[in-house]
Amino acid sequence: MRDAFCRLMVEAARRPEFVFLTGDLGFMALEPLRDALGPRFINAGVAEQNMVSVAAGLARSGLRPWVYSIAPFVYARPFEQVRNDVCLHHLPVVLVGNGGGYGYGVMGATHHALEDYGTLLGLPGLRAFVPAFDEDLAPLFGRLFEADHPSYVRLGLSEKPAGAEVPPFGPWRRLLDGPGWVILAAGPLAGGIWDAARTLDDAHRPALWLLGELPLDELPPAFLADLDRSRRLLVVEEHVGHGGVAEMVAATLLKGGRAPARFEARTALGYPSGRYGSQRFHRRESGLDPASIVAFLRSEDVP
Amino acid sequence: MPEPPSEPWADRQRRARLRLLRMHYESRVGHIGGNLSCLDLLLVLHQEVMGPDDRFVLSKGHAAGALYVTLWSLGRLSDEELATFHKDGTRLSGHPGAGAIEDVLFATGSLGHGLGLASGLALAKRLKGEPGRVYCVTSDGEWDEGSCWETLIFARHHRLDNLTFLVDLNGLQGFGTTREVADLGPIADKFRAFSVPTVEVDGHSREEILGALRPNDEAGPHAIVARTRKGGGVSFMEGRMEWHYLALSEEQYLRAVGEVERA
Repeated sequence: MRDAFCRLMVEAARRPEFVFLTGDLGFMALEPLRDALGPRFINAGVAEQNMVSVAAGLARSGLRPWVYSIAPFVYARPFEQVRNDVCLHHLPVVLVGNGGGYGYGVMGATHHALEDYGTLLGLPGLRAFVPAFDEDLAPLFGRLFEADHPSYVRLGLSEKPAGAEVPPFGPWRRLLDGPGWVILAAGPLAGGIWDAARTLDDAHRPALWLLGELPLDELPPAFLADLDRSRRLLVVEEHVGHGGVAEMVAATLLKGGRAPARFEARTALGYPSGRYGSQRFHRRESGLDPASIVAFLRSEDVP
Repeated sequence: MPEPPSEPWADRQRRARLRLLRMHYESRVGHIGGNLSCLDLLLVLHQEVMGPDDRFVLSKGHAAGALYVTLWSLGRLSDEELATFHKDGTRLSGHPGAGAIEDVLFATGSLGHGLGLASGLALAKRLKGEPGRVYCVTSDGEWDEGSCWETLIFARHHRLDNLTFLVDLNGLQGFGTTREVADLGPIADKFRAFSVPTVEVDGHSREEILGALRPNDEAGPHAIVARTRKGGGVSFMEGRMEWHYLALSEEQYLRAVGEVERA
């Protein structure tokens, strides 16, 4: 997703109000953007608290700052600057965190972002976006340049199945139709689940929904119709359970007087074995990988 | 630059000190010491230096009272509004709130944010080719915060010539003197070590403050270290820890008023 991100940022350089701040990241990637933006490209150094405060000052002056770093250095390190300087003033700063979830793999726990949107969504007015495919970025970014609120974008690796047609980016998308469980997935891991689940037999094939924007607004009627039919909901997210999509959707369903007969949540469990590895390794340890999901679906008796 | 005020400085200073004391007394609010220490800086800046293109950030948000009284002295806040200070439903919270009044660009109160915000405003002016300067007042204890030093590096690296920050060097912080808590030694030397042009002044001398704020050609940002007295202008408060927190009793209030009136 990073290449698509860089290309779109270069295209956005024609917007005179656009300012890009990086926390010393972008070697072998952002050089074209640096050249295109000139003085509006700012390497703020390894100093994320200042970077976010500066971005707030820029936004307060009518500019459109985007703040970029590895995800935890965008939301965790400068959390109070995001809260006080950006969100209290409803400033349209765009925080871009690269490597959502276990994206930085064997680089280790400090570089993972397992509680990013759950943490940030407690802040006033902020919206979090979790694009899943490269194609999602162009429509999303067009919208973010017009937004009147703070935004957080969690970037990951696009995992589009071969030959699949991706529906246009939106908060809710149904990737796969099926009579089995309803799966609600957030972010790029939906791609692998989509690929594995589409080969399942008719009876076990799930209705796979992809969530791209948080917090949840209204649950779409088509999703509710799928749920009314299936009565079984599985939420899958590369994020800790606390403050995650599973909790949000459960609360929303209960408030609306709907309780599925079965409710399962697969969330990031941290580091259960104490060992480190690739993003795939960590997903597997948390049961978030396509094989685990498909095994679960297969193991369920068809009602 | 604004129109020079017709009222003599001593009268303006006295009026503002009295109004600040009254506001804090009536609202039963502490933090008076650190408000009195920076009041003269805020008055000189707002009354005699800042023009319509200039911007201000109060990084030491606990001196909100001094800022409100300064805005009152300019006719931008009314007596009735000051009477609501710290009360339910007020726009004038103990630390400046977000979007509460037009003259306050940012909610501050958590230390170590204001200078970064001011740097963003200054950088925006440069990128947009806009005139005017950005002024920021920090406390001295605030320089315990690592984010201040992040910003110092940034502001100097980007040569933010249109940024001036003033340090209210009253020597006292939350639970001790700055020397006892985390001794930075002479802070002006630290700024100079970062190649930031730094002037040291008596923070209760209008002439020295004005002199330090006069435009110069040195590469920015510009630092002014203002030696002040916590509780400046009220002898029994000066340099005393408790006035970081305590509200005034009636007897103390009347004594303070008497001193300021006689000064």
